[in-house]
Amino acid sequence: MSKGIYLDNNATTMVDPKIVEAMLPFFSDQFGNPSSMHSFGNKVGKAIKQARKNIQTLIGAEHDSEIIFTSCGTESDSTAILSALRAQPDRKEIITTVVEHPAVLTLCENLEKDGYTIHRLKVDGKGRLDLNEYKAHLSDQVAIVSVMWANNETGTLFPVEKMAEMAYDAGVLFHSDAVQAVGKIPMDLKSTKIDMLSISGHKLHAPKGIGVLYLRRGTRFRPLLRGGHQERGRRAGTENTASIVALGEAAKMALEYMEHENTYVKGLRDKLEEGILAAVPNSFVTGNPEDRLPNTANIAFEYIEGEAILMLLNKEGIAASSGSACTSGSLEPSHVMRAMDIPYTAAHGSVRFSLSRYNTESEIDAVIEAVPKIMEKLRKLSPYWGENGPVEEPEKAFQPTYA
Amino acid sequence: MWDYSEKVKEHFFDPKNAGAVENANAIGEVGSISCGDALRLTLRVNEDGDVIEDAGFQTFGCGSAIASSSALTEIIKGMNVEEALNVSNQDIADFLDGLPPEKMHCSVMGREALQAAVANYRGEEWEDDHEEGALICKCFAIDAVMIEDTIRANNLSTVEEVTNYTKAGGGCSSCHEGIEEILETVMAERGETFNPSAKAPAPQTEAATATSGMTNLQRIRRIEMVLESMRPTLKADGGDVELVEVDGNTIYVNMMGACSGCQLASATLGGIQQRLMEELGEFIKVVPASQMPQAMKAGG
Repeated sequence: MSKGIYLDNNATTMVDPKIVEAMLPFFSDQFGNPSSMHSFGNKVGKAIKQARKNIQTLIGAEHDSEIIFTSCGTESDSTAILSALRAQPDRKEIITTVVEHPAVLTLCENLEKDGYTIHRLKVDGKGRLDLNEYKAHLSDQVAIVSVMWANNETGTLFPVEKMAEMAYDAGVLFHSDAVQAVGKIPMDLKSTKIDMLSISGHKLHAPKGIGVLYLRRGTRFRPLLRGGHQERGRRAGTENTASIVALGEAAKMALEYMEHENTYVKGLRDKLEEGILAAVPNSFVTGNPEDRLPNTANIAFEYIEGEAILMLLNKEGIAASSGSACTSGSLEPSHVMRAMDIPYTAAHGSVRFSLSRYNTESEIDAVIEAVPKIMEKLRKLSPYWGENGPVEEPEKAFQPTYA
Repeated sequence: MWDYSEKVKEHFFDPKNAGAVENANAIGEVGSISCGDALRLTLRVNEDGDVIEDAGFQTFGCGSAIASSSALTEIIKGMNVEEALNVSNQDIADFLDGLPPEKMHCSVMGREALQAAVANYRGEEWEDDHEEGALICKCFAIDAVMIEDTIRANNLSTVEEVTNYTKAGGGCSSCHEGIEEILETVMAERGETFNPSAKAPAPQTEAATATSGMTNLQRIRRIEMVLESMRPTLKADGGDVELVEVDGNTIYVNMMGACSGCQLASATLGGIQQRLMEELGEFIKVVPASQMPQAMKAGG
């Protein structure tokens, strides 16, 4: 195994070497505090300003002051939701979806214990929302709607622009966790009614530990962290200067590669998916292939388990991830697979391949070559699998006593 | 990524006895609801002497489920049925040089498949006698169902008590929020409200002796035995340990030689603590004798 084939870019991405180079001076020569009144801090302030501009451009924000730097996507999500609750103490309801990232779902569960009502919108078999269900929940009791732009597991896109319009018409704040979407699909926030939006640096080739909360000008806001005047008092704490500069560079590059991402990378993804589906029986794509991120393919392999698949892939130098329970140590297979009603025997074997602009066609060919053998090996061990295919009526032929 | 031992990897990448045994006369099919894994164990038992001649497995599950299945078949081949029934899930985990706490249920599934297969061989109906829940305490691999049942059975009302009865929460303490939540729910069932600042009502020493069912002398001898068994390992690194005092659940020891002042001393204490808890079946806190209260030192 040389460097390996990295197809887990929805988990995190490589920091581009050019970005590393851009951030290095901010650990040494440019170490100053941007708030300081001397030359050590002066240049840092300018670099942050440029980074803010770059992010503004990438997401099409109207003003650069709408960009607030945070420590991560999770912080941005928490800040947005908790701000809406504190700014509107009379509103005790939140609308979200069953397939959100834990950054939103776990927070909502916790708020439920504090007496808030959480409406979790369901999805269909392809992971799509029912906008009528959404509409029925919108009222003057709702403090905020929080809906992800793209699903991290399947890449399925939600119609957040339309949903933000609907929230606006009902007088309700709208937040989107867009950590998977920013940098992969074009967006122009100034022409939408989205009030708040979360970005995570490490999903777009910037380092971990840096995020952004987009906050539309005029949106009522209550900071999560109070203290110094940084970020105009909306997020106290000395700026993570090197990482802010890195995220600015990453935003610039993401914009440059936007077309490439949606043509070349998308083409590689499609090739990978078609190649695997053609070679491996009893496998299918989960989520909505008609409307999803260009880089993500989530394939369920029936009758085998994801962690075992990942271990064998890893042995071949291929990195991916899985929705199986065992990879997380949790009880259930991925809540996203369950929400789409994917049967247990397939949900456990779901594997997410997420590409980036650094993947090559020869890598994709190698993966298409390796995957069928791995599935064959594991299916030989499976009680649901016969000589050349699933045993007849697998769920009846093997009925273990569950403990 | 899980920190799997080399042995686990070996049995996963190159499993032994995969597939169904031909002419099997003992079949066990069990699943673990906690992660959706499932296992079919097939055995061929020689009815003359009840010896397991061949064993095979088919597993739908993760790396450690496959490795546990492989290990199980290796362990029981050649045993007679009675012997095989004595194989515990810990034996399976030990055979694999240990499993991560989140994965211990894989070894439990192996043991249950064996019980089910033996019941099948004897023409009996196998019934599962335990239920698994979400893993709460990762230090000691204690799940929610175990904690709930213990709270119910013993009318517990504090985190400290839960730790004394189940060990859960006795390690890094990160799971105390989770334990408090379980306490809230279970106490609400009996019409009480969880009070986080309440003290454990029963004195710890009594509870401890009660659970271990030993006299003080027996207990101290047992503790010495455990320490004695660990000394060779410590001595190999130029260190040593001696028992200084036992006060209820707290055991004071002296770390000597290379152990004293060693950066890893606290890790070693943790290891001793874990072993003592396993041996005595109760919650134990191992503390350096230097931290012993003055009064106790004076009193001897």
